[in-house]
Amino acid sequence: MSSIGTGYDLSASQFSPDGRVFQVEYAQKAVENSGTAIALRGKDGVVFAVEKLVTSKLYEPGTNKRIFTIDRHVGMAVAGLIADARQLAENARSEAASYRSQYGNPIPLKYLNDRVSMYIHAYTLYSAVRPFGSSLILGTYDPDDGPQMYMIDPSGVSYGYFGCAIGKAKQAAKTEIEKVKLGDLTCQELVKEAARVIYLVHDELKDKHFELELSWVGKHTDGLHVKVPKNVQEEAEKSAKAALEEESDSEEDI
Amino acid sequence: MFEVSALHNFGFPANSLDLLGNNEFQTINDDPIGHFHTPITTATSVLGLAFDNGVILAADTLGSYGSLARFKNISRVLKVNKNIILGVGGDYADFQYLKELVNGKMIGEECLEDNVPLKPASLHCWLTRVLYQRRSKVDPLWNNVLIAGVQNKTPYLGFIDKLGTAVKDTVIATGFGAHIAVPLLRNGVQKKPNMNKQEAEELIVKCMEVLYYRDARSFNKYELGIITPDEVQIKGPISIKANWDISQYVSGYE
Amino acid sequence: MALASLPHLSGMKKNDSRFNPYDDNGGSIVAIGGDNYLLIASDTRLSTGYSIYTRNQSKLFQVSNKSIVGCSGCWCDTLTLTRLINARMQMYLHEHNKEMSTPALAQMISTMLYYKRFFPYYVSVVMGGLEPDGSGWVYSYDPIGNLERSKFHAGGSSGALLQPLLDNQVGLKNIQNIVEESITLEKASRIVQDVFISAAERDIYTGDEIHIMCITADGIKEEKVDLRKD
Repeated sequence: MSSIGTGYDLSASQFSPDGRVFQVEYAQKAVENSGTAIALRGKDGVVFAVEKLVTSKLYEPGTNKRIFTIDRHVGMAVAGLIADARQLAENARSEAASYRSQYGNPIPLKYLNDRVSMYIHAYTLYSAVRPFGSSLILGTYDPDDGPQMYMIDPSGVSYGYFGCAIGKAKQAAKTEIEKVKLGDLTCQELVKEAARVIYLVHDELKDKHFELELSWVGKHTDGLHVKVPKNVQEEAEKSAKAALEEESDSEEDI
Repeated sequence: MFEVSALHNFGFPANSLDLLGNNEFQTINDDPIGHFHTPITTATSVLGLAFDNGVILAADTLGSYGSLARFKNISRVLKVNKNIILGVGGDYADFQYLKELVNGKMIGEECLEDNVPLKPASLHCWLTRVLYQRRSKVDPLWNNVLIAGVQNKTPYLGFIDKLGTAVKDTVIATGFGAHIAVPLLRNGVQKKPNMNKQEAEELIVKCMEVLYYRDARSFNKYELGIITPDEVQIKGPISIKANWDISQYVSGYE
Repeated sequence: MALASLPHLSGMKKNDSRFNPYDDNGGSIVAIGGDNYLLIASDTRLSTGYSIYTRNQSKLFQVSNKSIVGCSGCWCDTLTLTRLINARMQMYLHEHNKEMSTPALAQMISTMLYYKRFFPYYVSVVMGGLEPDGSGWVYSYDPIGNLERSKFHAGGSSGALLQPLLDNQVGLKNIQNIVEESITLEKASRIVQDVFISAAERDIYTGDEIHIMCITADGIKEEKVDLRKD
């Protein structure tokens, strides 16, 4: 790598001569080592899906969740260093709570995204700190403004999305998501797509076992961010596996 | 108390009371901060009664401004979660603050997603700490709080005052109700130790009526909160059909 | 009687609108330490002014297998103080792998009370426990941590009423031609019940029930005895 040995990669407070901040780029690399997380914004809500890699059979199922609830109406899916992500979740929760106590209303996602982005960005400016090694996707639904979704990366840059993917298979996932008619689909339909994408991009050779985490926030949940019900989750996983079978069958035909 | 001394608090140099040589209020002037520790819009008694498998709370819907019946349709019996309800008396602004505090606490609890709902004894203890800390800053939250719920299938009824005095019992009433309703409630419990929901409701309703006749800061509209293992109900506002026919026999106070 | 002297109307007094962070919730505690036991008792009435909050609130707090804290006065301070003591006992246990001894607890309570010298816990604390040699001792405190070690003490709303009675009955003071011998547990138990019955006759803040706890080498036993409820 061009950065190594040049001395410009040791601190987040210094640019390299060609205008890069290597510490931030390394943080982005940390995100790319983690299991994939995606979120899809449909016509009536946002669906989150995370491929949580389980590196040992000795782990208890359901631990180290990577989908968080930030406020009743906001969900967050993360990729990267889980400990860093938890600190960001805490920060986001306190921002949401502070907005609530000051204005008596749930925080609009636009503002939450701004505040969390600024917090992440602040960690790219000083030599005494290191940037966060995680990216996050924030999503909400409200009856007036419909579904909304943002993704923030370790540099503190954020965009609004219809569909986005972070983590090791983000390219493959994005290619797959682009084929989905996001704006036309309901959460019920999207949850199957989301499960399918995660199963599809999962690399069975490199990472054997994984848990699929699914959550949603939309019209049907009254604007509350909740885990996808057990039966819907099972259904989605079943159809995801079936779709995967079909795909591999058709590949064999060719 | 408030109405008169408010003038003094802003240090107006002269008014009729000063000219009368009444320096009783001088001490209030010397202690402007202390003087503000007085409730403004207040709500009167809250009643609580545990029955065989649950607890019932009652509080009227009046917000008084001194002796003025200022707000006639305020609610102060609220559901916290499926096993806790609260009834609050005293300063209404402090109650609204407390309500948001509890609401924020509940959001924090929900974010944990551990499916372990907060229990009444825990909230009772937590609120006691909140009120005690405020009294220790000599900046109290001027409220009486009743916490009702079901814990380990047994009814739970707790009380906290503005100092952080916490009490647990099967019969509790705050404010004027402590003088008027407690004897009636204790009498009812003594006669029928294991009341069912309906009997408890009838007794509480009776007490609310008596309070309406005798407490000058009470009102003829009230709400009931009833909590059992399978249901949380906030009933009302319920109107009291008062009968003032006997009032003509009350004499000697003219 | 002046209107304002009725407790629930006292807020009507114009110059009485300052917030008072203290309340007197009453309650009495008596403790007697013997050669091989410690007896401590409290009533179970909790009041404010002329109203009774509850008839069923003991003021005894078991903080270890060897010691019990009795605490009465301002109930919100009692709650806070006893919770802090419990937390400190837990921390001590984890740090030293053994329970705090009664003399150590006695000193700790004194320090905790004095720490709030200028905004005191408005409480009367009577702590009793078995010491390492197996004998029962009583430690009593004023609200700011002054501590006295003795064989018996009465504290709380009836403290001043009962102490001379204990001096006579337990300390065998002011009795002529008496053989000084230590009090048996049975006798101590009878005295405790009698003095509480007497206190309930004269003190409106003491009544309802006596909660008696007794520590011996065999462990802790407790019982409740009725008092007058008016």
